[in-house]
Amino acid sequence: MKYARLIWVNLTRNKRRTILTALSVAAALFLFVSLRSVVTALEDAGEVGSETRMITRNAISIAFLLPEAYYSRLVAVPGVKSVTWAAWFGGVYRDPRDWFASLAIKADSYLPMYPEFIIPAEQRQAFMAEHTAAIVGSGLMERFGWRLGQTVNLRSTIFAPDQEWPFTIRAVYEPSEPAVGDEWFLFHWEYLYENTGGRMTPGWYVLQIEDPALAASVARSVDDQFRNSRAATRTETERAFQTSFLTMWGNVGMLINVIGMAVFFAILLVAANAMMMAARERTSEVAVLKTLGFGDRLLSTLVLVEAAAISVAGGLLGVLGAKLFFDGTEFQGAGFLPGFEVKWVTIAIGMAIAVVLGLVSGLLPAWQATRLPVAGTLRRAA
Amino acid sequence: MALLEIRSLSKVYQRDSQAIPVFEDIDLDIDTGEFLVLMGPSGSGKTTLLNLIAGLDEPTTGTITVGGEEVTAMSRRQLAAWRSDHVGFIFQLYNLLPVLTAYQNVELPLLLTHLSKKERREHVMTALEVVGLSDRADHFPRQLSGGQEQRVAIGRAIVSDPTLILADEPTGDLDAKSADEILTLMQRLNREFSKTILLVTHDQRAAERGEAIMHLDKGVLTR
Repeated sequence: MKYARLIWVNLTRNKRRTILTALSVAAALFLFVSLRSVVTALEDAGEVGSETRMITRNAISIAFLLPEAYYSRLVAVPGVKSVTWAAWFGGVYRDPRDWFASLAIKADSYLPMYPEFIIPAEQRQAFMAEHTAAIVGSGLMERFGWRLGQTVNLRSTIFAPDQEWPFTIRAVYEPSEPAVGDEWFLFHWEYLYENTGGRMTPGWYVLQIEDPALAASVARSVDDQFRNSRAATRTETERAFQTSFLTMWGNVGMLINVIGMAVFFAILLVAANAMMMAARERTSEVAVLKTLGFGDRLLSTLVLVEAAAISVAGGLLGVLGAKLFFDGTEFQGAGFLPGFEVKWVTIAIGMAIAVVLGLVSGLLPAWQATRLPVAGTLRRAA
Repeated sequence: MALLEIRSLSKVYQRDSQAIPVFEDIDLDIDTGEFLVLMGPSGSGKTTLLNLIAGLDEPTTGTITVGGEEVTAMSRRQLAAWRSDHVGFIFQLYNLLPVLTAYQNVELPLLLTHLSKKERREHVMTALEVVGLSDRADHFPRQLSGGQEQRVAIGRAIVSDPTLILADEPTGDLDAKSADEILTLMQRLNREFSKTILLVTHDQRAAERGEAIMHLDKGVLTR
């Protein structure tokens, strides 16, 4: 503690440089925490799927549909208890930026299979009774300021983009856990079918199986059945499906990690450069301190603590800033990242990175302080 | 036995393949409580000798012993600890840390001790009183005159009650009046507090304040 003042005065002797260095660390840590939280949100979303639900989709891509005739054959597969289907609607409200996850569902079989959508009984009844009714997540209701009973017009990015689709909100659901997401928009499959001229077929089937242990045999049995048909299938557990669906545009985790590493090294160089400049300006002072009896270990520790202090201050600003920002804006990635949150473990990782970054950035100036030739430095300063 | 004993001391600087001798085979004794002045022209090696005594530089050959401890045989770590306990160094350009107050500058050597904050405060205030700057404790170096800065530096040099005070041209950057005040202060440290002082200077007036004068010229040390 007795050296705290010495560290403090060195930190504050060039306030602008210290603040800018800390801000660069803060920006890097804000970015890291944001990216890391995207990864954890994706991982959590992959964990949400039930172990007794399987998804059968077109083997080529989920963008290709499946024939409706498959339904009767899927129901007959041993181990399958019930079958439902859904299709991606790609709905937007007012502006293409107001995007959210919207599905046309075969409601009478779909809703019993998804108890994680908690809907009041009377609202469920109202939804089932009306052709153009919709079930909307509480988060989406809040986002657009919608009310129960309100009619909202959506456009589809897939089906007749110029056409407006009126929906009446008859039910609002609460997710059983945050990772389920509270920004889904669900409506009747029949409404989509009729408005597409009866040409619409299921986007994917959901199979409720009797026992999770049967997943492999059910998947094999389904995919073998359709192997040589015009729409070969790929059947997998819902968790595997969720993960592949969320990461269909690439290996998100790896991409984010690579960006994170690049940011880390860029900021490391910035911080190290700032520390080098600070140390270079003080070489004669270090020589004086050595003359007074300050040892190499103490001097290098002071330099390292100074570097770590800048980095930790910037890190705290970055990670807590990210926490406050994302909590405050209730960011959900437009419904694509349900349950997105900056977790405390992510904050802890961010702070650990800040400490490491600080120490590494201070290593070279600390080493130089220990190697400083006192007599030569004092002679040059005189 | 002398407090400081230098035997067969040589220093040769190596520049590329060229050897540049500063001095060779020097012997010197300084007794406890002595105020010795070392004179000589620029480049004669006075500061080098001072640095060697303080363990800030390594001799090419020879030994330096202070209070029975062989300085030239110590490791870097041992030297740092030894300097903190036994050497007070006064520089020509004061070398105060500009971001610290006079009090904090004087306190620096005491941070290396086990003294409590209260004890450190007592020592610092005593040192500032001795150098006549107790009313300037909260001033930063830029708020002080050159003479006052040097007095703070002297306070820093004496605060840990060192065995030996080494002063390298302490009046070289001061006007005549301030220089006179500093020399009077150093005389007082020697006479009143029995401090052993080795003062390096090329100023004859400064040299006259010492008890004895030695000359270092062309590598030879003479009385």
